[in-house]
Formats: sequence, structure tokens, C-alpha cells
Amino acid sequence: MRKGRRLASPLLWVTLLFAVLLFEMPALQPVFHWAFPEARPAIYDRDSFFALFLSQLAIVAAASGAASAVGIALAIFVTRPPGRDFRALVEVLATIGQTFPPVAVLALTVPAIGFGAEPTVIALFLYGLLPVLANALAGLEGVPAAVREAAEGMGLTPLQVLRQVELPLAAPVILAGVRTSVTIAIGTATIGSTVGAVTFGTPIFDGLAADKLPFVIEGAVLVALFAIVTDMALARLETRLRRHRP
Amino acid sequence: MIEIDRVSKSYGGRRIVDALSLTVAAGAFCVLLGPSGCGKSTTLRMINRLIPVDAGTIRVGGEEIGRVPAEALRRRIGYVIQSVGLFPHWPVADNIATVPRLLRWPKARIERRVDELLELFRLDPDLYRGKYPPQLSGGEQQRVGVARALAADPELLLMDEPFAAVDPVTRDALQQEIAQIHRRTRKTVLFVTHDIEEALRLADRIALMQQGRIAQAGTPLDIVAHPASDFVRDFLGRRGLGLKLLSVRTVAERLRRGESAEGEALALDAPLSEALSAMALRHADRVPVKDGEGRPVGVVTLADLVR
Repeated sequence: MRKGRRLASPLLWVTLLFAVLLFEMPALQPVFHWAFPEARPAIYDRDSFFALFLSQLAIVAAASGAASAVGIALAIFVTRPPGRDFRALVEVLATIGQTFPPVAVLALTVPAIGFGAEPTVIALFLYGLLPVLANALAGLEGVPAAVREAAEGMGLTPLQVLRQVELPLAAPVILAGVRTSVTIAIGTATIGSTVGAVTFGTPIFDGLAADKLPFVIEGAVLVALFAIVTDMALARLETRLRRHRP
Repeated sequence: MIEIDRVSKSYGGRRIVDALSLTVAAGAFCVLLGPSGCGKSTTLRMINRLIPVDAGTIRVGGEEIGRVPAEALRRRIGYVIQSVGLFPHWPVADNIATVPRLLRWPKARIERRVDELLELFRLDPDLYRGKYPPQLSGGEQQRVGVARALAADPELLLMDEPFAAVDPVTRDALQQEIAQIHRRTRKTVLFVTHDIEEALRLADRIALMQQGRIAQAGTPLDIVAHPASDFVRDFLGRRGLGLKLLSVRTVAERLRRGESAEGEALALDAPLSEALSAMALRHADRVPVKDGEGRPVGVVTLADLVR
């Protein structure tokens, strides 16, 4: 029964598919040859797909890690008495960060710091801040007032209330924000390849430039699977956190 | 013991609590009674410093509350609120253990204490220890809430309309339990309610509040027998006043020793209102009375009720 349920898990199969394509894409060479006879080579070969994956993973981890840390920290700050006045300001800044297109951020940062992964990390960080901040605020505010009053009334210090009561209760909502942010970042990271970041976007843009459709398909399929696997894994973690919650 | 000395609190220019003074003796069950908005909850919350006072002083056990850190003060004071506020992500045992854990009791002592409290509230420890608050009924949640407040054996228990949100049957049971626990432990209790029946049933002292001041303070009998003002009379309810008077006097006060009567006997500490109710039901003008061991000791007659 348990084993059956584990085998039926979509996460398992999608992860497996992603891993197989990541390492064994060249095995599909005949298929691409048949579908696109004029494209030679039919499999992107300037870098291994695994190398592209590791590079994109590092970019996304840096950007989303920073966006999550800063977003959660800001949400905590503006929900404490000393920070309450800054709340509107912080929310406006985060909204601007998200409405500002990442491409425009790239265009502005490249002249300042040059080509490579850094402009992409900055663009993704700004883009991913709002979902984390908005959810962290919603999560912290969703803690029932009675629970907070009881915690204070029992004699928990403000730090204890935050760590033992507010953050655990807000965790599922905060994680949902992180999940949105990370999933967006994985998809958006590919445009970083236009300014020298190495991602699954690299074969996509190479393929577009050289009119090689197979490269575009390979990059697009892999980046989509990367995003789906991450999203499903985080969704599962969220479900686990929600257990026993009212 | 709580001493509240000329304490005031204003919100937006409105005086919610107005130079209020009140002393609650150690071991007393004092009910702070009054209509909504009279400042009774604010007064309660100033005692454990959830609300800072504007003026005046409050002493708990002789010590001014501002002298100790707020957290240390609160760990000495049990606090129960209407909406309970159990931590939904912790099992019942951890909820009850909140303050003992803050006080760093040894683990074995905490476990013993949790089981002891669950048994006190007739919740089977093996069944309830591991349950989560959303799995409990309203009455069970409030029992756990009171158990949590009692966990570290506080000298003082503050209760803010704790039973207002539960159904009448559960409320009745909870009132009986808290009265029993008070009799057994002799903790000082300050209990806020707007429910006059609840106050008469539980209190040995009542402080009736009106617009941030004490309208009248005294024993339930004092207040019902000698209302100090029209406000007090109105709040008690003029029509039912006579019945309330019977509800704060016991059968023992009107007992005719040695006489006997038919029917089921009342306890000596039953309120006279129960005797009247029994007479009305039985179409009788006298009911028998028994002592603690169930031996017949006498009767109460209808004429005695109106004496």
C-alpha cells in the first residue's frame, strides 16, 4: 500500500524523466535527426546539459536564497513594533522590484558590472523578492491574535513568540511564497544567457541565433522540467508543514 | 494577593479605567463583573502587563509589577482567555508544558505535571497527551487552556471571560470544575465576566464595574441584598433580584433541624433557589435536607425562604 503510493508519486516520475534527459539527451539523436533532417548537429554539444544545470542551479540558488532571506527578514521587521512604520515603504519597493522587467534590470546592470552571471542574479533577486515578502507578511499576520496573546501572556519573550509560535505557524504560507519565487526564477533565469550567464537558456538562444530548432526544444524542455520538479518538491514540503494546522 | 491602587488607563482621550482601586485577598475568588466596555478586561490585562498602566500602581504578592521583567511576572501568573489561544502546532502535552518549559523544569517533572493536570480535568492522559488542539472540542480546548495556566503552579490566576464561548452544558461543567479546583488549591483568582449568574455562582467577592470605576464591591450576598445604586440594581436585574438573593444563600442558613419530609434530600450547601425549585416541582411546601454523609438533618420550608 505504502510502496504503491510511493510508486504512484508524480514527483518521482518527473524527477526520473528530468534526470534521464539531463544525462542521456544524446540518445535521442536519431529522433531529432528524423524530425529535423537539416539540423546538424541535432544535440547541443558546446556544454553538457548537466553543466548547464549546475550553473543555472547556482544562479537560482543565489538569487532565490537571497530573495527569501531578505524577504522574510523584511516581513519580520515590519511586523515588529519598531518596524511597523516602514511597512508601506517596504511593500512599495518590493512591488517596484517585481513590476520592473528583469530584461530591463539586465540592460541597466550589464554596463555597470559587466557580462556574466552577476547581472542575472541581481535581476532574479529583485524579481523574486515580492512573492516572498507578500506571503511572509500574510503568514505572520495570519497567526491568530488569541494565540499571540496567549503566548505573550504565558511569558514568552518577543523572540520566543517569533521563533516558537509565529514562524512555525506562518511557515506553510511563507514556503508557498518561496515556491512561487523559485519557480519564477528558474524560468526567468534563461534570459540571463543573453548577457553571458550559463543556463538552459544558452542552447535556446544559440538555437534561435543559428536557426537550430532542436537546441531550442532541448533547452526549453529541460528548463520546464527543472521548474516543475522544484515546484512539486516544494509543494510536497508545504503539505508536510501544513499537517496539524487549523 | 493583588493590590490595585488608583490605576487609570485611557485610549484616545477616553478613560477606560478611572482611578480604580481594588484589593483581592490571597486565596479569594474575586469576580470582576460589569457590562461590556466597562474596563474589566483592561484592568485584568494591566495586572500581567499586557497593557501598561497610565497612572497608579499594581502589586502582586506585595511586589510592584513594574519592578520585575514582564516575562518573569507573567510566568508567575496563570492567564486564561475566552478564545483560549492554544498553540495549534503543538500537541496538548506541549501546550500544557509551556510555562514549566520556560522555567526549565526537568523533563520528568514536566511529564508528571502534565499527566496530573490532564487527570484533574478528567482528560485521559494516554488519549489526550498527543492530540492537537484542532482535534479537541471547545470544552476540551478550554480545559487544556486552564490546565496550561495552572501548569507551573502560579500564585495567581487571571481569567478573562473564559467560559463565554462554550455551550451552556459545557459552561456549567467548567464552572463546577474551576470552583472545585479553587476550593482544593486556594489560588487567588481574578475572574472577568459580564454574566451575573456566573459571578454569583463562582465568586466569594464581586467587584461590579461601571465606566472604569468600581460601582460596588463585596460578597455576592452583600451586593444582591444591598445594592448600592440604581446601576447595581439594574445590572442585577430588578425582576429576578429575589431569586438571585435565594441563589446566594444556602440551605444551611434556613435549616429546621430535626424535622423531616418526603422526597429526595438537598445538600446543606445547596442554594436556597434550588430548594424553591424543588418545592415548585414537587408541589410541596417543605423539602428534606441531608448532610455531607447523606444523613437526613432537617427540612427547609417555603415560609423559611421568605423570612
